[in-house]
Amino acid sequence: MEVTEAVAIDHGLKKEEFSKICELLKRTPNLTELAIFSAMWNEHCSYKSSRKHLKKMHTKGKQVIQGPGENAGVIDIGDDDAIVFKIESHNHPSFIEPYQGAATGVGGIMRDVFTMGARPIANLNSIHFGSPQHKKTRNLLRGVVKGIGGYGNCIGVPTIAGQTTFDESYNGNILVNAMTLGLVNKNKIFYSKAAGLDKPVIYVGSKTGRDGIHGASMASATFDDKIEEKKPTVQVGDPFTEKLLLEACLELMADNSIIAIQDMGAAGLTSSSVEMASKGNLGIELNLSEVPCREEKMTPYEIMLSESQERMLIVLEKGKEEHAKKIFDKWNLDFAVIGKTTNSKKIELIFDNKKVAEIPIDLLAENAPIYDRPWKKTKLPQKLKFDKDEFKSLRLSDCLKKILSNSNISDKKWIWDQYDHTVMGDTIQKPGGNAGVVRVHGTNKAVAASVDSSALYCFSHPLTGGKQIVCESYRNLISVGAKPIAITNCLNFGNPEKEKNMGEFVECVEGITEASKYLDFPVVSGNVSFYNETKDKGIKPTPTIGGVGLIPDYQQMLTMDFKTEGNLVYVIGKTDGHLDQSIFARELLNEKKGPPPTVNLFNEKNIGETVLDLSRKNLIVSCHDVSLGGILTAVSKMCIKGKKGIKINTLKGLTNKYEYFFGEDQARYIIEIPKDSLKKVNDILNKYSVHFDELGTVNGQSIEYKDDINLPIEELADAHKYWLKKYMDS
Amino acid sequence: MRSSVIIFPGSNCDRDMDVALKKFGFKNQMVWHNDQSIPKSDLIVLPGGFSYGDYLRCGSIASKSKIIKSVIDFANSGGLVLGICNGFQILTETGLLNGILQQNKFLNFICSNVFIKVKDKQNKYFKDLKKDILELHIAHNEGNYFCSDDELKSLEDNNQIAVTYCGEDGAENEATNPNGAIKNIAGIFNKNKNVLGMMPHPERMIDKYLSGEDGSLFFKNILDNFK
Repeated sequence: MEVTEAVAIDHGLKKEEFSKICELLKRTPNLTELAIFSAMWNEHCSYKSSRKHLKKMHTKGKQVIQGPGENAGVIDIGDDDAIVFKIESHNHPSFIEPYQGAATGVGGIMRDVFTMGARPIANLNSIHFGSPQHKKTRNLLRGVVKGIGGYGNCIGVPTIAGQTTFDESYNGNILVNAMTLGLVNKNKIFYSKAAGLDKPVIYVGSKTGRDGIHGASMASATFDDKIEEKKPTVQVGDPFTEKLLLEACLELMADNSIIAIQDMGAAGLTSSSVEMASKGNLGIELNLSEVPCREEKMTPYEIMLSESQERMLIVLEKGKEEHAKKIFDKWNLDFAVIGKTTNSKKIELIFDNKKVAEIPIDLLAENAPIYDRPWKKTKLPQKLKFDKDEFKSLRLSDCLKKILSNSNISDKKWIWDQYDHTVMGDTIQKPGGNAGVVRVHGTNKAVAASVDSSALYCFSHPLTGGKQIVCESYRNLISVGAKPIAITNCLNFGNPEKEKNMGEFVECVEGITEASKYLDFPVVSGNVSFYNETKDKGIKPTPTIGGVGLIPDYQQMLTMDFKTEGNLVYVIGKTDGHLDQSIFARELLNEKKGPPPTVNLFNEKNIGETVLDLSRKNLIVSCHDVSLGGILTAVSKMCIKGKKGIKINTLKGLTNKYEYFFGEDQARYIIEIPKDSLKKVNDILNKYSVHFDELGTVNGQSIEYKDDINLPIEELADAHKYWLKKYMDS
Repeated sequence: MRSSVIIFPGSNCDRDMDVALKKFGFKNQMVWHNDQSIPKSDLIVLPGGFSYGDYLRCGSIASKSKIIKSVIDFANSGGLVLGICNGFQILTETGLLNGILQQNKFLNFICSNVFIKVKDKQNKYFKDLKKDILELHIAHNEGNYFCSDDELKSLEDNNQIAVTYCGEDGAENEATNPNGAIKNIAGIFNKNKNVLGMMPHPERMIDKYLSGEDGSLFFKNILDNFK
């Protein structure tokens, strides 16, 4: 086939991009070469719209061993232990084929982690669906959950936490973000930078098939009416092979045979070989006739673009081939020497003894286009003036029940019961808490992880929203007694070619950067997913933050369930009663306007450190951060989990009980204090100059507040626990 | 007491089982599926997971693996063989245990704490166990035990039903049956009661920071009965 501008456009390249390719190559590329360019220059692989802004992110800190730019980020957790982690999107494929899309999302992120030499120890996910009333939602949710479970359960890595939301903006573009944490000795980390000349390039894992061709290009475009036709671009996962690949790779990594290793993810063999060579400032020569293929007569074009799963590319020390092959034979996996490193600084492809492609590496990597796309600032919306007389017709207990059964607040047990969350025998906090917690096997340490996003806040004011999610992640970790260490992010946005969407991206990134810098909570890995748009309708900006924290002694872990009758309950942090953008405003007043709650980073840090201090001194016995749904929602969850009630005090100086109980002001926690710790707690709160309210006392089997609320815990639990199950069964 | 845990490709509870056995004082060894023989053991454990990807049928390929002949010989000579979850599925596929494990009634994977009732204590696993009801953990997609009427009658007549799903109070009914298993069956013995297969995972319940501690009782009891 002759390569023309039209062919290039079919491959997702822009007209100008094609001219630039011809100019850089000083000739017209052949079809295979064009395919390689299109794979490397698409948004998904090149970050061409985002790179300029990502550079500004806060990525450093003494806890950071490896920041963005590798397969995953790495942080130090002491005693030579390090945690490797990353979150990644698999949005487009999951909408087209929910089971396989979600499953291969989980498989891909786990490979990113064990590529670095780490054994995966926990999975998390953040999944977002259209309105519950939308006809596709139920099936998409069912498929995605089964896919995530099907893959993670089989590998035997516990899924310890997650987030699920519903919003009509995801009707045509669901989001599936998967995160994995792995444990590695910090002196035994493997990287993707090739080094040395004439080193064998090894292909291991599954055979290459025709699945997933153009997957990365698909993820770099918006959807239209013909998305069903894109089904063949979704990869098919085989978790069994991945489990074998995991064990085989870790076995080979036990000695010094590997120079560099990279999983074949988006754009398969193309991006893995180019990235390894580019990082090592080398050339690479691949003989495609040696690539193990699953289907007959595959062309170089297909081999280079296939996104078949469970494959790895390794640059090996010379002479170690036999040793490595033995290990992969033991695990029944394909092993083939398919090329070598060269000093040409080119990627050269041989097929049937003929050279079929030759491209200087720098044209694919450094010379990939970077765009400074125009963007528009989002103004802070005017604060709403609520008609408080209107509130009077609302009974507090009715409001509470309605909020607890809201699709975004209600219990997600139906989902996480389908994920194996206890395999590996170290899960000490299961899904449904503030954060998932796993022990670092064989030590007293534990690692906490949480995934968070707040699309409503980010949509209303991206800058504040960006800051808010980082703080929310920080609080969730503190609430389980973990010191927040670092984050990974998955930036899900609409079409970057639209000024509004691009502006949302830029300002969310700015917010994330500001907060992570202030909180010493750096970004060590992540990915960007643009073009979450169908027929011109884009998603609300949904940056997802995956936070990781450390509990030095797991016996100090906190949970949210109320423990003992008679203990005192405090709200730490000041409540101004911000109702704009709250669940209360949406659910009970049908009011969607107004700004998100203000984020005060000083307070976040100071109050967070206070709570952490209290937990390290064993002065509090339960803790929960206050977020969506406000104080009353948070307290209800603590009651439901602990099967204990609370008697709420008559609060002095309360201006409006609705604002107080349902306002979504930031930087707040609820803590439970045993009576004999009270003096010490008060002293510490005063030392940090932290505002607190004496909310009440753990008591009986109901939530009680004056004459306004008297709700048995069982009734609250019924409102909270069954929405999702009923929805899925209906 | 010497134990051996067989690792099949796709096993994923092998390490957890190793940790649990060693914690309570078993001298445990790991045995690869392609080995011909098993080191001298007093107990052989087939761990949970997805042996051979659970392709074809859960446990079916593992039941034809190289090592399995030694396991069958060991069982036939009266040795203790314990299959947990996928291990139970493998044991039914080898014919050492009757019946089959079908997909869960509601077609979903279930990961959850459950209560089980110990139905028979005249055996080396549960003899003198202090509790009658244990809180254990299940994590499976195919745990719905089924067998023919004749097989069921024989299981009942010979007291081969080892454990059943129940409520905290011991109630065995539809509400306390997580997966649709016939007669709430969670685990069974062979006729000689030296082979035990069960879906719940005792190895996930071995300290108070996990889902519970009743798994400890199970392992300690096997050791106590061996002495």
